[in-house]
Amino acid sequence: MMRFKGKVAHKFAESPLLELRLPAWRSRLMALMILASFVVLIGRAFYLQIIDTDFLQEKGESRYRRDIEISASRGRIADRHGDVLAISTPMRSIWAVPPAVQLTPEQTQQLAALLETDAQTLSRKLATDKPFVFLRRQIPPPVAAQVAALKLPGIGQDKEYRRFYPTGEMTAHMVGFTGVDDKGLEGAELAFHGQLLGTPGSRSVIKDRRGQIVEDVGSIKPPQDGDDISLALDSKVQYLAYSQLKQAIADRKAKAGGVVVLDARTGEILALANWPTYNPNNRASLSGGQLRNRALTDTFEPGSTLKPFTIALAMETGKVRFDTLINCAPGRLRVGGATISDTHRYGLLSVAEVIQKSSNVGSAKIAAMLPAQVMWEMFDGVGFGQVPSLGFPGEVSGRLRPWKSWRPIEQATMSFGHGISVSLIQLARAYSVFARDGDLVPLSLTRIGSSRPRGAQVFSPQTAREVRAMLEMAVRPGGTAPKAQIPGYRVAGKTGTARKLENGRYTTKNYVASFVGFAPASDPRLIVAVMIDEPRGKYYGGEVAAPVFAAVMAGTLRTLGIAPDAPLEVAQSGKPAAKARL
Amino acid sequence: MVRLNLFLLLVAMFCSLGVVTSQHKARQLFQALDVQHERTRQLEVEFGQLQLELSTWGTAPRIEKIAVEKLGMRTPDSETLLPSSPIGGASR
Repeated sequence: MMRFKGKVAHKFAESPLLELRLPAWRSRLMALMILASFVVLIGRAFYLQIIDTDFLQEKGESRYRRDIEISASRGRIADRHGDVLAISTPMRSIWAVPPAVQLTPEQTQQLAALLETDAQTLSRKLATDKPFVFLRRQIPPPVAAQVAALKLPGIGQDKEYRRFYPTGEMTAHMVGFTGVDDKGLEGAELAFHGQLLGTPGSRSVIKDRRGQIVEDVGSIKPPQDGDDISLALDSKVQYLAYSQLKQAIADRKAKAGGVVVLDARTGEILALANWPTYNPNNRASLSGGQLRNRALTDTFEPGSTLKPFTIALAMETGKVRFDTLINCAPGRLRVGGATISDTHRYGLLSVAEVIQKSSNVGSAKIAAMLPAQVMWEMFDGVGFGQVPSLGFPGEVSGRLRPWKSWRPIEQATMSFGHGISVSLIQLARAYSVFARDGDLVPLSLTRIGSSRPRGAQVFSPQTAREVRAMLEMAVRPGGTAPKAQIPGYRVAGKTGTARKLENGRYTTKNYVASFVGFAPASDPRLIVAVMIDEPRGKYYGGEVAAPVFAAVMAGTLRTLGIAPDAPLEVAQSGKPAAKARL
Repeated sequence: MVRLNLFLLLVAMFCSLGVVTSQHKARQLFQALDVQHERTRQLEVEFGQLQLELSTWGTAPRIEKIAVEKLGMRTPDSETLLPSSPIGGASR
């Protein structure tokens, strides 16, 4: 091996021949380019992270952030004692996306069994080309959990609420019902829909791989459950009214009927029952007739129950006193071309006896003393011809024609309740002017605390007291409704028997029997109005409606613990009138 | 110098492990809270269902039916009913 011992010593790995003479700017350029690319990268990162953050944020969130809706339930409807009349409870609905569903025959069998249907029906439902079908709605949550446990592809479930009405047909017309989408359709459900409805809340959460919520992000909007509504209704009184009405309609083979119970002091509706009725929990076979809340939506010519109003007005304006004698002989009276007649031939009757015996001639003669305008104002004052505005669907105003178009015969017939039509609730409310000291109480569907509302004064307290005494006579022996008596209590009331208008003519076959009264007469607390449409056999108000009144009133007085105000001997001598239940 | 750096590195590792643990614990607690919230809702639902059941069992028609059919009770007639208040009740 040779050894060079020269000036330049080269290492083995170096060779002067291979030495490159690179210009320095090239390496600097490379460094700059790398630096520039770093600047670009940092700039891009800065742009994405700081300036245009939304895009990445959204992409990220869509992978782990979920917005969850928190459902709110509809408020409860309860009676005045807090007994539940309507309540929502969560149910599940099972749905399928047919194109995504692939079931083995065994799975189909299992699913069909859980959904209480057969495999064929289920397969047919799944065979459609629709993108979404409900397999079954409103199934109980435990069953839904079993369906979920099958883990079938393309089959999912939703939470929804179902409304239950434990009192069923008894309170159907008062409470009403909701549709599938929780929208109030009838009764209180509709009247108070705004308050009952809850507003669902929402929250944003981060979910992990297993679908568990690990963190709340953003703000939580708490759900607002609907308000509970406390109706003025008393379940026990409602049951009394309902069962008595049902019994009476069955006994008389009547077409329809209604009972209204009002608290005379507060104007609260304690009970409102109609027949026919329906079961709000099962509305599969429902007809319009069952749905109608007759006490509010149907008007009828009330007949003699209107007599006290005309007579009170005549007394108020000083035309007559309670003992003024009216000649009712010979039991018929010609007004214009028409004849008004009584059921019996009465002779001279005092004004009080006109009410007690319910003489049409007497009241027509008294009406003739009054100007039409004054009479119209009084009818208007007690609420006839006006919508009661309770917020119920289909409330009607009844028919009260303007006084300028009245003919003498109409004024005469209106005094005993023909040619004018009212709803049962209007009639019951109108009687509050006698049950109270002459003022018309405003009605209330909901419970009122201890306040005692006052309405517009229609008659003076003196007139109201005198009419009250006359109405008590009508219930005593010698009056038209001894069957309305209640042992232990002083009762006041008036019967009504009206022929029905059919095709513009009064029939002799079909009647409406009614009775309106209040008790205890010494200090009225309750007003009960009864209407029976087309009773068969006996049709007089005193025969058909008065016993229902007595039974409902007696039961209600006892239920509410109202002290008897009649001397004991009345109870013993009185005919058995009340066949109260409960 | 090297020793200080090593110490700081250890502190940093310790802290980061602490962050991880506390995050994990927070999530566990949050899940537990969520489970309890869910339970609250469940109990509310159950309360509603029990109320419904109570109302259904306690409806007047059912009570009357049992009273009449099972227990043989009946409402007294008006002849057998005596008002219990004194006769002076009317002057109230």
